[in-house]
Amino acid sequence: MSPLPLAALSGPFAVTLNAYLYLAAVLFAIGFFGVLLRKNTLVIYMCLELMLVASTVALVAFSRYNGVLDGDVFVFFILTVAAAEVAVGLAIIVALFRRRQTVQVEELNALKN
Amino acid sequence: MSDLLFHIFALLSVACALGVVFNKNAVASALCFLLSLVGVAGLFVLLDAFLLAVLLVLVYAGAVVALFLFIIMLLDMQGGDRKRFTKATILSSTVAAGLLVTGLVSFASHGLVETADPATVKVVGSSLRAYAEQLFTVYLLPVQIVGFLLLIAMLGVIVLSKKFEGLEDVK
Repeated sequence: MSPLPLAALSGPFAVTLNAYLYLAAVLFAIGFFGVLLRKNTLVIYMCLELMLVASTVALVAFSRYNGVLDGDVFVFFILTVAAAEVAVGLAIIVALFRRRQTVQVEELNALKN
Repeated sequence: MSDLLFHIFALLSVACALGVVFNKNAVASALCFLLSLVGVAGLFVLLDAFLLAVLLVLVYAGAVVALFLFIIMLLDMQGGDRKRFTKATILSSTVAAGLLVTGLVSFASHGLVETADPATVKVVGSSLRAYAEQLFTVYLLPVQIVGFLLLIAMLGVIVLSKKFEGLEDVK
């Protein structure tokens, strides 16, 4: 079925779908933790990307274990949108840095009060 | 064999994800993010999604992380975070992330998802032909919309990186 010899190498599947879901949940939680904890806007943004990647793991696993392609195609679109999103987000961060000379969130409090 | 590879890649991605969060230096965080993505790409290969694994490495590791590194170097922040965290920040983020993990794990353990043995499930994600058929028939409209979105994003980035005269700083 598979064009690559890698599938033959992996042999009989012993890993369950739940293992992949646990992994996706843990990765998502780590990303969420980073978003709350860190103060550097760029690192926060990286953690957001990590959460996005965690969700793609769950989608690909569901797709594989149900024998359908829709999840894989959805991940394809997620990758495209994430690339566009990163480009725009980083442009906003650069524009912000030009104006305020900082990217630390505790100094970006113009909307406070 | 696949069991062992799953554990190796899962450990790699989780350990490097922790590295992203806990590294003081933003450049080191970006490199940890890169390694974490490599782990996730390995998991995609184990799930027979070869195209997505290649795309993840090309698009994320190739373009996105390079862009992050470029911006970090461009802005030249002195060693990332300077101020210490307040106790409230650490406490609230730990509690929130802990609640998230607890909720997800309890969902996963109480509502265990039953699936067929994956060896018996037909592998559809490994052939490029299947993707092409889906993308150009069922998902033709989303493909067009995503193409348009990329165009808009490009225009947006160009507009955002222009210098505007006569705008005052928000203070």
